[in-house]
Amino acid sequence: MLVSLFITCYNDTLFPETGRAVVTLLERLGHTVEFRQAQTCCGQMHYNTGYQRETFPMMRRFLDVFEDAEIVCIPSSSCVAMIRDHYPKMAAETGNRAICERVDELLPRVFEFTELLIDKLGVTDVLASFPHSVTLHPSCHSLRSLHLGQRPRRLLQKVHGLKLIDLPESDQCCGFGGTFAVKNADVSVAMLSDKVRCVLDTGAEICTAVDNSCLMHIQGALSRHGTGVRCMHIAEILAATDSGEYE
Amino acid sequence: MVGKASKIKAMSDARAEIFEKIRRSTGSAGGLREAEYEMIPREYRQSPTLDVQTRLNLFVDRLHDYGASVHRCRETAIRETIAQALLERGKRGLLIPDNLPHEWLPDSFTFQRDKGLSFHEIDQSEGVLTGCAIAIAATGTIVLRHSPGEGRRALTLIPDYHLCVVFEYQVVETVAEGIREMEKLKTVPITTVSGPSATSDIEMTRIKGVHGPRILDVILARPLTAE
Amino acid sequence: MSVRVGEAAQAPDFPAAAKDLLANAQLRKNVRHATDVITNKRAKVVVEMSDWQALRESGHRIKEHVLRHLDYYLDQFEAACTAAGGRVHWARDADEANRIIVEILHTHKASEVIKVKTMTSDEIGLNAALESAGIQPQETDLADLIVQLGNDKPSHIVVPALHRNKTEIRRLFLEKMNLSELGDRPEDLAEAARRYLREKFLRVKFAISGANFAIAETGSVCVVESEGNGRMCVSLPEVLITLVGIEKVIPKFQDLEVFLQLLPRSATGERMNPYNSIWTGLTPGDGPREFHVVLLDNGRTNVLADEHSRETLDCIRCGACLNACPVYRQTGGLAYGSVYAGPIGAILTPQLQSMEHSQSLPYASSLCGACYEVCPVKINIPEILIHLRSKLVQNGDPPISERLAMKGASFALSNSHRFSAAQKLARIGQKPFERNGTIRKLPGTLAGWTESRDLPAIPAESFREWWARRQKSKL
Repeated sequence: MLVSLFITCYNDTLFPETGRAVVTLLERLGHTVEFRQAQTCCGQMHYNTGYQRETFPMMRRFLDVFEDAEIVCIPSSSCVAMIRDHYPKMAAETGNRAICERVDELLPRVFEFTELLIDKLGVTDVLASFPHSVTLHPSCHSLRSLHLGQRPRRLLQKVHGLKLIDLPESDQCCGFGGTFAVKNADVSVAMLSDKVRCVLDTGAEICTAVDNSCLMHIQGALSRHGTGVRCMHIAEILAATDSGEYE
Repeated sequence: MVGKASKIKAMSDARAEIFEKIRRSTGSAGGLREAEYEMIPREYRQSPTLDVQTRLNLFVDRLHDYGASVHRCRETAIRETIAQALLERGKRGLLIPDNLPHEWLPDSFTFQRDKGLSFHEIDQSEGVLTGCAIAIAATGTIVLRHSPGEGRRALTLIPDYHLCVVFEYQVVETVAEGIREMEKLKTVPITTVSGPSATSDIEMTRIKGVHGPRILDVILARPLTAE
Repeated sequence: MSVRVGEAAQAPDFPAAAKDLLANAQLRKNVRHATDVITNKRAKVVVEMSDWQALRESGHRIKEHVLRHLDYYLDQFEAACTAAGGRVHWARDADEANRIIVEILHTHKASEVIKVKTMTSDEIGLNAALESAGIQPQETDLADLIVQLGNDKPSHIVVPALHRNKTEIRRLFLEKMNLSELGDRPEDLAEAARRYLREKFLRVKFAISGANFAIAETGSVCVVESEGNGRMCVSLPEVLITLVGIEKVIPKFQDLEVFLQLLPRSATGERMNPYNSIWTGLTPGDGPREFHVVLLDNGRTNVLADEHSRETLDCIRCGACLNACPVYRQTGGLAYGSVYAGPIGAILTPQLQSMEHSQSLPYASSLCGACYEVCPVKINIPEILIHLRSKLVQNGDPPISERLAMKGASFALSNSHRFSAAQKLARIGQKPFERNGTIRKLPGTLAGWTESRDLPAIPAESFREWWARRQKSKL
């Protein structure tokens, strides 16, 4: 299958290793990956902060870039939620039927990374090996918008050598929320402290998720307090094998 | 009286202004209203699924959950069962609605009929004995329509103890059935009672009995026809 | 006409209020405990309902229908209630409602009035209006009594005193009820409240209530409660005044079968709350001899006017969104500066005031979606929060620095060449702040982040650069 990767702006800039892991894994599973250089951002930050007018050019760009893609894979549930939940409404707002139709046609081909693996490619065992203890933070968008349910868990459970430890109060938000983390920094940090306490209570070496945004937030505190616990996107764990690191 | 005239004007102005703002906001979709109401989906449970015994047992379980005591008996034994309930609670007598069946009342207890008692008189009582309109098993709810035999609202509210006789045939399974039964007499005052009065306002600890009766006992009676 | 929502217009911004409250460890502990208890109870009684989602859908659709035909249903309610002996009054705003209620009580030369929990009366500042008219209001809901005696503010829609623990309440009761001794178990405190209020219930001839539902078809009013104080207020006094927001009307009696299942499970985690009172106008020989209904707008028609956020008015005041909200769970309700706290408050308070006050509230959410998930009438609160943010942006409300930054970012992100260039620039720009791949301190807006959190530095090679290099090496 030809999979077109929408890496998302912040993964591109801050977490290139996540994209490399997605490429490694999909190619290992026998698929072809393409990366269209014209892509940029889904517009989530602008949209959620109330800058809807500024979001339209990004939606247009997304449509232009991926319109003819067979499958679009996105390793970020919040960006998928943005596209799935908000693009149809934004398109409707324009009153332009052509745009609405373009959105409707593209959406069924847009998949979050773990959705793609399980629902579209039908794999749960991706032949990964990762001999570490891991806890999973189910991000809000993956839980309540995409309803990923057990998908990330099922993938992790098949990883050779991986010890999965339940995260207490796992459904609680980590306090990131995009510009919320800055506009309401004190509350955001209070929420983060609770999340980090739960992560540390598990004693796991690694905290993972399907979103680097939450992980960046959690890592921000883990690193500041010198805990030694690391955050890693789920793609990086699933890409890992006995023979060592991916590309 | 200028005051009164201007008051009336202010009121009709207020009404007109509110309606004007509503209509400006919603446009006029008037003609479709009834059809639209009928189209509202109602996929929730509306009819019973349990057999009679399971339904009655559920009702009893729910009442126990609320901390209410339940006595089950035959219709012919209501009188003895009331006597037993009163003995257990150490009551010497109760208030009763004016129309409560005389044959329910055991001797050796005093029953005072409510023929316009004052609130203070009701407050001095040891409790009240009534029947009910219907009951709902799923939620352990007793419905009072304050018709004869159920007493006016104050009568089942002010006393600290309420003993209520429920016939098995009065117990429906679901809330939806209950509301539809209530609907048959929908403009009389209705009170639904689910267990004794309660509050969780202090540290979310559930405390039984704040202003309404602190103790609710139920006699669930099996009618002769069910034998 | 001027809409007033309690003292919300004068309240400090959410971030500032939250900062103070976050420093209060006891309050946070009380809030956490209470929300945990209700959340768990709710979850237990919701999971046993196999038709819960169907009930939510019906609740949502009934409310949506009512709002579309609000004029018709209000008119129908007024006619039915009047025919049954009630007197219906209309109030455009808080002052008008207060004036109507004070006048009714003055006609009867009332000096005291008992009240059963009504958030709407807090919204319009009724108690203050009554006091300045020489009428003493007496709250009778236990939590409201605690708030009133402590000269405090409500912090939760269903359990307004949830920020107080039993030790604080005991101290308050000892002083204000003039008691010489009092135990410290919740039972002792409830017993003290019972004794304190009983005399008033039996004596005071005037009462004020709110309404959970006003039934258009019959002109009936339904009050949902637990303690019995509601029953006392609506059935013992001679004159009853019921204050109802115009959005509380429902079409038919039968619709109660939806809401009386949704509300108790969502609000207190009970299958059914101890008492519901439903009455229609006057009933000879039972209950009040005079019954007034005051139908209140106070900004509700402002909310109705915006189709994108109209469903805010669907709210049945269960408080489930507060308990589920991770922001509310940290700060409690007082941070919202309004009688309506939590996620629903964050969308309702600013809209009632035409977005002219309380503008920080739509940002008081991480958009985690927990509120929408538990809402019994499916109000899409996160979506409305975003919509309100966009209204504020359109009004030019956020600071110019933010607006410029967002415009700049949108420009950069709308084209991949500009985006690549921006990535490179940022990589150079971060140099003074970066150390071993981590940024520990940044100036400006992002200082709020780095005060307690690290940021990852931008690595030397972006994904797109890596991809380009890889493609080249494959050729």
